[in-house]
Amino acid sequence: MHLVYPAVLSALLFCTGLYGVLARRNAILVLMSVELMLNAVNLNLVAFDVWLSRAAEETLHSGQALTLFTIAIAAAEIGIGLAIVLAVYRNRGTSDIDKLRDTAEGPETEGPDTSAAEKAEATA
Amino acid sequence: MSLAAAQHGFLSPAGVEIAFLLVGLATFGAALVTVTTRQLVHAALWLVVALGGLAVEYLLLTAEFIAWVQVLIYVGSVVVLLLFGLMLTKAPIGRSPDADSGNRWAALAVAVAAAGALVWVVVDAFRTTWIDLKGPAAGSTRVTGESLFQNWVLPFEALSVLLLAALVGAIVLSRKAKADEAFGTSATADTPVALPGEKEGAR
Repeated sequence: MHLVYPAVLSALLFCTGLYGVLARRNAILVLMSVELMLNAVNLNLVAFDVWLSRAAEETLHSGQALTLFTIAIAAAEIGIGLAIVLAVYRNRGTSDIDKLRDTAEGPETEGPDTSAAEKAEATA
Repeated sequence: MSLAAAQHGFLSPAGVEIAFLLVGLATFGAALVTVTTRQLVHAALWLVVALGGLAVEYLLLTAEFIAWVQVLIYVGSVVVLLLFGLMLTKAPIGRSPDADSGNRWAALAVAVAAAGALVWVVVDAFRTTWIDLKGPAAGSTRVTGESLFQNWVLPFEALSVLLLAALVGAIVLSRKAKADEAFGTSATADTPVALPGEKEGAR
């Protein structure tokens, strides 16, 4: 099989996830897009590992081992990420990323005091 | 695709390649729908299609163990976690008009530029490279297990510690918010009371 097929599919999936991360507003949809990006990397790792296990004399199967590690880390990441999103939702009543601007530097920020943070919370 | 046939055409249609191409098109389409649909639950369900398609791609690449791990962990648990998250944050069922942020055109430009650059570079680099799929499977359970427990034991064990830490961290994160709500501290007294999901009457 041509190596270009999995590589191109992986690149396209990564860029789809990139668009989702940049364009989505709900935090859980952003997490879904991050999953797409991680899966694109996994496909690349598996394809290159299968290619190298034929091309090289001796291989450690590092691509597949790293894919398993990436899957496990993605599971941990989705658990922690959802816990954080739920905590934010309990505190703020929204999971909309565009409205969580407490730490953003706006153009009208007068100082690092608490008034800017309170204003941002009032608008949120 | 034997070793003897050293020169291949640029697009020699073999059965596995056609299958890979079709499943890849379905996977890419499902991923596109996942990031563009306005119905949040449908996005999670289309993500199942994309991840399942990737599992089929792993099977076509003879990485069986990875494929079943993908089905078990991603389709089985990650998507279920995402659906739980959607329901616990009272995501509106039906079309939500503000699923996309205001900077979606900039995001589209960035994604298209990145896709163009990446595809160009990858095609230019691996135009003449072929995967030989004949012979024993490169990713059967036996091969993967032997490599994992001979060469990768220490990272494997460290990963189990990481999973434990993530588990404890998730529990701590969810319990701490409950404790804050129970104590009713003055720092969280000015949080908005009206939840957006309740006003829309979604459920």
